Amino acid sequence: MARMKFLCDADRCIECNACVTACKNEHEVPWGINRRRVVTLNDGKPGERSVSMACMHCTDAPCAAVCPVNCFYTTADAVVLHSKDICIGCGYCFYACPFGAPQYPKVGNFGSRGKMDKCTYCAGGPEPDLSTIEYEKYGSNRLAEGKLPLCAEMCSTKALLAGDGEMIAEIYKQRVIKRGYGSGAWGWKTAYRETVAI
Amino acid sequence: MRRGPTLFRTLVAAAALTVSVGALSPALAQQTKDGLNPTGQNPTAESVNEEFLFKQDPKITGRISIPDHKAANLIQPAGRDYRAFRESWLPWIGALAVLGIIALLGAFYLWRGRIRLEPNADSGKTILRFGGFERFTHWMTSSCFIILSLSGLNYIFGKRLLMPLIGADAFGVISQYAKYSHIYLAWPFMIGVALMLVLWIKDNIPNRIDWQWIKAGGGFLGKGHPHAERFNAGQKMVFWMVVGFGSAMSITGLMMIFPFALTDITGMQVMQVVHSLIGVAFIAGILAHIYIGTLGMEGAYDAMGSGQVDLGWAKDHHDLWVAKEQAKTRNDSRISPHQVPAE
Ligand code: HEM
Ligand code: SF4
Ligand code: SF4
Repeated sequence: MARMKFLCDADRCIECNACVTACKNEHEVPWGINRRRVVTLNDGKPGERSVSMACMHCTDAPCAAVCPVNCFYTTADAVVLHSKDICIGCGYCFYACPFGAPQYPKVGNFGSRGKMDKCTYCAGGPEPDLSTIEYEKYGSNRLAEGKLPLCAEMCSTKALLAGDGEMIAEIYKQRVIKRGYGSGAWGWKTAYRETVAI
Repeated sequence: MRRGPTLFRTLVAAAALTVSVGALSPALAQQTKDGLNPTGQNPTAESVNEEFLFKQDPKITGRISIPDHKAANLIQPAGRDYRAFRESWLPWIGALAVLGIIALLGAFYLWRGRIRLEPNADSGKTILRFGGFERFTHWMTSSCFIILSLSGLNYIFGKRLLMPLIGADAFGVISQYAKYSHIYLAWPFMIGVALMLVLWIKDNIPNRIDWQWIKAGGGFLGKGHPHAERFNAGQKMVFWMVVGFGSAMSITGLMMIFPFALTDITGMQVMQVVHSLIGVAFIAGILAHIYIGTLGMEGAYDAMGSGQVDLGWAKDHHDLWVAKEQAKTRNDSRISPHQVPAE
């Protein structure tokens, strides 16, 4: 089985936000929620880089550990998913997540945060694969169709890579060797406790 | 629109940098000369990188074009520390606080037993200790507290104790209601703490009599009954614990109910940690308060039950208060003797 990861090659990302838009559209993500976002570092200064970030599907995921109702599970592809039926919207996973991935729709007064929503790696949720109910709660399940996450698939500069960790690390390594530079696999150390050695 | 000039400036700066650095540093000059990169530039030389940014700040934050300011935080590895606290430390601290106080109270009960009423000349008559509004405030706050405690403990222990027993789905439903109860009952609880402060602060200012009371072992460690006003030193400690912890729980709780309104991710983690630590300490403190108000001392419960306490008990435990009440008025309305006075 593959160990799915994301890798954003910040030297290629042009902050076009197509990944953000593609994700919102593919999954009909509710208003106010962005499963993926692009953060620009050193904006306007020399050395500016943009990084597209969503849930990294961490190894030994902190969100899953802190959840008071244990609603997370990890798929055979190492994708970190959760059940919206069990989630109570307490907000702890956001505090624990190193990448700010979990989000909560506002559903009422006095902090009644709704069920947490985050990137599913286009892999749906606990409901039967490709069912309507799965689509309504979690968005489409491209993995079940044999496809990779849409954000990475349609990235125009191929900055955002999705797929088996070893394969995308290899692709990134080749790029760095060929072009002679690379600012590294952003977030990998924090998410996977390893980085791409070049 | 913004990228044009930015990129241009970047390129100019990059070119300038490469030239100047190249002139200064033979190593770098060699690298660019080798032509690893056809443009002769090494964009990484001046690009931001993770390691460097983490040296400046434990979080990496940038600019974001969506209207969600907390999303501008790209990486915060401290989430892992927060997780270590909540999963590796908090359950043990919580269990130690709650089970520890229960064990202590149990041991105290075995050693001292129930503190009995000691009948004296005034027994049988009663005196009004807490009026209707005072009792209403007490019970409103305390019933909210019990539900806040149980739902609060569910956040920590539910998945460890309850979930294996009743299954994930039922536990999810219960926890959802527990969360609603926690967040909605927090409001009457906060009102109750504020009312208690207003009602009772004048009787809870520490003074010299409290010191004597403590030195005499408060009447339950030592023998006899030291002097006490309306509230003895122990009760004052409970009052100040409720006010202090109650405010701390309210402030940290409100910060979590309105997350990120006033603070960032680090602040939110601190709020949650403080809320949970004070929460378990508060539960332990109130368990001791419940013990002494019910099982631990005969006669004490009536004060919050009917509001009327036995006059003999009151003279033993709150002698200065009874004297003051009796001096207030000759025709004492607070004291209701069992025999109808001859009139
Ligand atoms: C004084 C009695 C209270 C106790 C004993 C208590 C206890 C707790 C505990 C133990 C937790 C879980 C902490 C964790 O899992 O790490 C918690 C969470 C929480 N409490 Fe309290 N709490 C009290 C009052 C309040 C008040 C007054 C408020 C609001 C003003 C409040 C708001 C919250 C919030 C927002 C959470 C986070 C969970 C969620 O949003 O679902 N609590 N409380
Ligand atoms: S990135 Fe955040 S939400 Fe995703 S697995 Fe890691 S901790 Fe969980
Ligand atoms: S918000 Fe939901 S998923 Fe996140 S920790 Fe709370 S219950 Fe678990």
